[in-house]
Amino acid sequence: MEYLLHILILIGIYTILSVSLNLLVGYTGILSIAHAAFYGVGAYVAALMALKLQTPFLLNLFLAVIASGLFGAVVGIPSLRLRDDYFVIATFAFQIITFSILNNLVDFTGGPLGLPGISQPNIFGFEITTHVEFLVLVIILAGVTFWISNKIVKSPFGRLLKAIREDEIFVKAAGRNVSDAKVKVFVISASLASIAGVVYATYITYIDPTSFTIMESIFIISIVIIGGSANLKGSIVGSIVLVALPELLRFIGLPNSIAANIRQILYGALLVIFMLWRPQGFLGEYKFGKESAARSKK
Amino acid sequence: MNSLLKAENVHKSFNGVNALNNFSCDVHENEIVGLIGPNGAGKSTLFNVITGFIESENGNIEFIGKVITKYPSHKIIKLGISRTFQDLRLIKQMSVLDNILLCFNNQQGEELQNIIFKSNSIAKVEEENKLKAHDLLRHAGIEEKANDLAGTLSYGQQKLLSIICCLAADSKLLLLDEPIAGINPEMREKILTIISELPSKGKSVILIEHDMDFTMRICNRLIFMDAGYKISEGTPEEVRNDPKVIEAYIQ
Repeated sequence: MEYLLHILILIGIYTILSVSLNLLVGYTGILSIAHAAFYGVGAYVAALMALKLQTPFLLNLFLAVIASGLFGAVVGIPSLRLRDDYFVIATFAFQIITFSILNNLVDFTGGPLGLPGISQPNIFGFEITTHVEFLVLVIILAGVTFWISNKIVKSPFGRLLKAIREDEIFVKAAGRNVSDAKVKVFVISASLASIAGVVYATYITYIDPTSFTIMESIFIISIVIIGGSANLKGSIVGSIVLVALPELLRFIGLPNSIAANIRQILYGALLVIFMLWRPQGFLGEYKFGKESAARSKK
Repeated sequence: MNSLLKAENVHKSFNGVNALNNFSCDVHENEIVGLIGPNGAGKSTLFNVITGFIESENGNIEFIGKVITKYPSHKIIKLGISRTFQDLRLIKQMSVLDNILLCFNNQQGEELQNIIFKSNSIAKVEEENKLKAHDLLRHAGIEEKANDLAGTLSYGQQKLLSIICCLAADSKLLLLDEPIAGINPEMREKILTIISELPSKGKSVILIEHDMDFTMRICNRLIFMDAGYKISEGTPEEVRNDPKVIEAYIQ
């Protein structure tokens, strides 16, 4: 039972990550591979606050969101001037830098040893310790993330984002500040991703830099694409499929060392299959690879 | 007549080729100015420079008394200049209605803080804009297409839609780049009617068009350009009979 709850909690965490990334990749059409970095910023800010200053959970959550948003602005403002592939490389660089800092700033982040003993959330005296309580917490936070994201994509701002994805020049000619809108959505996406980090850190009570690598970013991108770009519900479906599917491998009885490798193969294979035959993912409207290929030909 | 747009000695070259050569012009309120000349004369470059899509190397552009030469394009366009493109630009994967809604300027729903806290007033503005968009579509005679994807319209209807988008922005000055090139006569008449009504609504137009018959009928003034220079300027008859223009076309 605990095992099942654990999987559900992970699905919740990845729902937060993929819904927030979908705002960028799916709706605005800008591919960032630094999402795990913002996830990590959230986790480390919350963990360090809890360990060093013993501040309460909600304050940590708030500060993590703000810190991650600021990082988003610092990264986004210069790198969003770059176009398509160059932007991807810029986010790649930021991802690597973040990992290196977490890994090497030993006095502060614990380096490769990580930060053990992070206290579990305490919300106005109510301790969250059991799996069921964590599941409730993660559902609430994923719900908030979904609600905010849904509000954004259904608003005129969301329409602007979709238009930017299709034709920036048209949006510019309509008198809109394209780079401004991109920075805003990048900051929002980064802030929302940090929520997942806070939940993860307080749930596992131990974090180390290997949870926030480029592989993690690519995993989140896979969820968005396979679930369906530009469809928020698709990201929930994607999280369920990609988190639960590898767990099934356990029941086949493969030894752990092989199962872990097969998992990587599975993600890669799924991504290739979807790109070839169903680029819009399970529920998406926006055909990820095809559209951007058509655009770059122009 | 009051001056609306004033360009002075605007200069722009691409790799040594002068696209605009100390070009000056004046556009007054409520008039239609035709910009004619052979391909590569710098007509579209002028549009790009005015709207800030390309930065000029030299010269000054004034619009409603403000020097806009160094403004970013979104600021220039918000001041009241709209444009269409020679290679037709629309969001083809969005509905006709959404394309028009995107071009209205009173979008508080595009400010993030408003999305969460002011959803009621955003919804109200959206409804008003939708009504206005339907009015514009009805006036242009393609109201039944409102919910179709813009990409599914015929070429002529798409050109018409790009003009409607400019009207939605309610700009003082419209820059139309070949509004009737490549479309059928019936649609041409429709577009001609819409453009010719604009001065009576307090708007000015600069239009690029190769069809002399069309420009003669609709324009108050013509400017003839060649190789970045202004060769001739005046009423349509004056320009058509200018020996320099005839010479440039024969070459």
